[in-house]
Amino acid sequence: MSQQGYLRRKWLNRVMSGLNSAAAGLAILVLALILGYTLAHGIAFLNLDFLTQAARPVGEAGGGMRNEIFGTLILIVLASVLAIPIGLMAGIFLAEFASPKIAYAVRFVADILTGVPSIVVGVFAYAIVVRPMHSYSALSAGVALAIIMVPVVARTAEESLRLVPNSMREAALALGITRSRAVVGVIVPGALTGIVTGVMLTVARIAGETAPLIFTALGSQFGFQGLTKPIGAIPLQIFRYAMSPYPDWQQQAWAGAFLLILLVLGINILVRRLSNRKQN
Amino acid sequence: MKHNQPDKTSPGRVRGWIKLRKGHLSDEIFSNLALVSALIIVGILVGFIIILNIDAMPAIRKFGPAFIGSSSWDPVRDSFGALPAIYGTLLSSAIGLLIAVPISLGSAIFLTEMAPSWMRGPTSFLIEMLAAIPSVIIGLWGLFVLVPFVRIHLESWLGSKLGFLPFFQGPPFGVGFLSAGIILAIMVIPIITALSREAMRAVPNEQREAMLALGATHWETIRQAVLPYCRSGLIGATTLGLGRALGETMAVTMVIGNNYTLTASLFSPGSTIASKIADEFNEATGEVFIGSLVELALVLFAVTLLVNVVARLIVWRMTVVKEEKE
Repeated sequence: MSQQGYLRRKWLNRVMSGLNSAAAGLAILVLALILGYTLAHGIAFLNLDFLTQAARPVGEAGGGMRNEIFGTLILIVLASVLAIPIGLMAGIFLAEFASPKIAYAVRFVADILTGVPSIVVGVFAYAIVVRPMHSYSALSAGVALAIIMVPVVARTAEESLRLVPNSMREAALALGITRSRAVVGVIVPGALTGIVTGVMLTVARIAGETAPLIFTALGSQFGFQGLTKPIGAIPLQIFRYAMSPYPDWQQQAWAGAFLLILLVLGINILVRRLSNRKQN
Repeated sequence: MKHNQPDKTSPGRVRGWIKLRKGHLSDEIFSNLALVSALIIVGILVGFIIILNIDAMPAIRKFGPAFIGSSSWDPVRDSFGALPAIYGTLLSSAIGLLIAVPISLGSAIFLTEMAPSWMRGPTSFLIEMLAAIPSVIIGLWGLFVLVPFVRIHLESWLGSKLGFLPFFQGPPFGVGFLSAGIILAIMVIPIITALSREAMRAVPNEQREAMLALGATHWETIRQAVLPYCRSGLIGATTLGLGRALGETMAVTMVIGNNYTLTASLFSPGSTIASKIADEFNEATGEVFIGSLVELALVLFAVTLLVNVVARLIVWRMTVVKEEKE
């Protein structure tokens, strides 16, 4: 091979190495930009009032997201209460009870459901809860978020259960206990770290969901008024404030974003430490 | 199915959970509860199909297939069409993928083939964090940081250099297809990167060693021994990214400008299916108007369903092949 060809190949190798590193660098730069702006703007506008006061009308300075913060927490709890039992039991079914063919089909459906756009979930929740009840409600938002949660919880629960060694199943059965006792008392506890990790990641995801809340939770200036009444949520309020023409509100949007990012990334980092510790 | 067989995917699975003894009530109840939960998941999917079809019926009856091809959106005359929204969805996703795929592949190559091992963990962690940022926050950043940048710098630059192309003509608004595409790229990069990295990791080291032993450079090894080997995985990753981009709502709604038109200009404000629904569903009145929005949702649902099915099949086939080899 000629000297020139060799140099050309070496040169190409350098260029491509540079481009690939630049690509990774660019992805991280974007993350840094988004985090940087949110943190910088958010800290500037975040204060005690923001956490303890209700929203104020335009023109009145101050005010905060107290009600929306509560709203987000309530929605998370509501969605979790609806989704975790179903998701966990479905995961148990997939890992412990289903025949391979049925497991394949259900798993496929669950994976497909994970890909359904959240706005479509909102339209669905509107049709099955809001319209029959003739009111936007916390409940309908909880249902929408739960629909997003269930397939993810089911799949992560299944994956974790599969990691429990078979010797545990055999040992449990050798004690003469029933299968259900074995699952509840031995296998699920053995997979608990994985299941909890999965559930927490899902919670982090739905905490930031906005699209399914627009026409289910609707938003509300008041605090929690019951499951059948509209309710506010941080991401929804960020959206409303960001799209408004008022600088006061836009600042509140940044502060809300700061809070939400703290919650979501906090959960993600916590989960990662948990699962790393388990591996070590 | 209560008498379950050993599962294919875990080779050493217990040969027989002992068969259920008849009349063991707690087992019956428990396994049936598990079955019902799994059926709920299937039921949700079926529910989507049925409910969306029922609610879209007034629009489907009134417009028929012409709904897809029409570009009017006039609540006063009850005349609706999906074309500009479909066009906007495809256009913004195409821009997004065009930007995201090279960057994601580059990042994945960097993470699996080039980075020193101490760097891999933290770098993937950071890229995955990007995936965890809620869509509405990316939208907020897009609206107040990216859009002004696009308007002042990017669009005027593109307009002056490439203004002879129809895509880069028209006044720079900032909000529009271009900004939406960039935002979508940001949102799918972590997904495509993570999945591509998995695919590349599955390539056996012998592939690389053989290539290097022939005297190939590092890049030639990647290009000719690694990438072709995991091609289906990379295609699957891109398809899943596409599925995400098509249905992304909040960030796009915040930066696309919500104009309902068909235009070649990337600078123009537009709409996607998702942004149209997010914008108008609350205010919609009248059967046909609501029906049209639900029909938009149905179209989006069908398209993402199709894209996801294809992607899953590709990715699953890949993992099955991998497991058989192990």
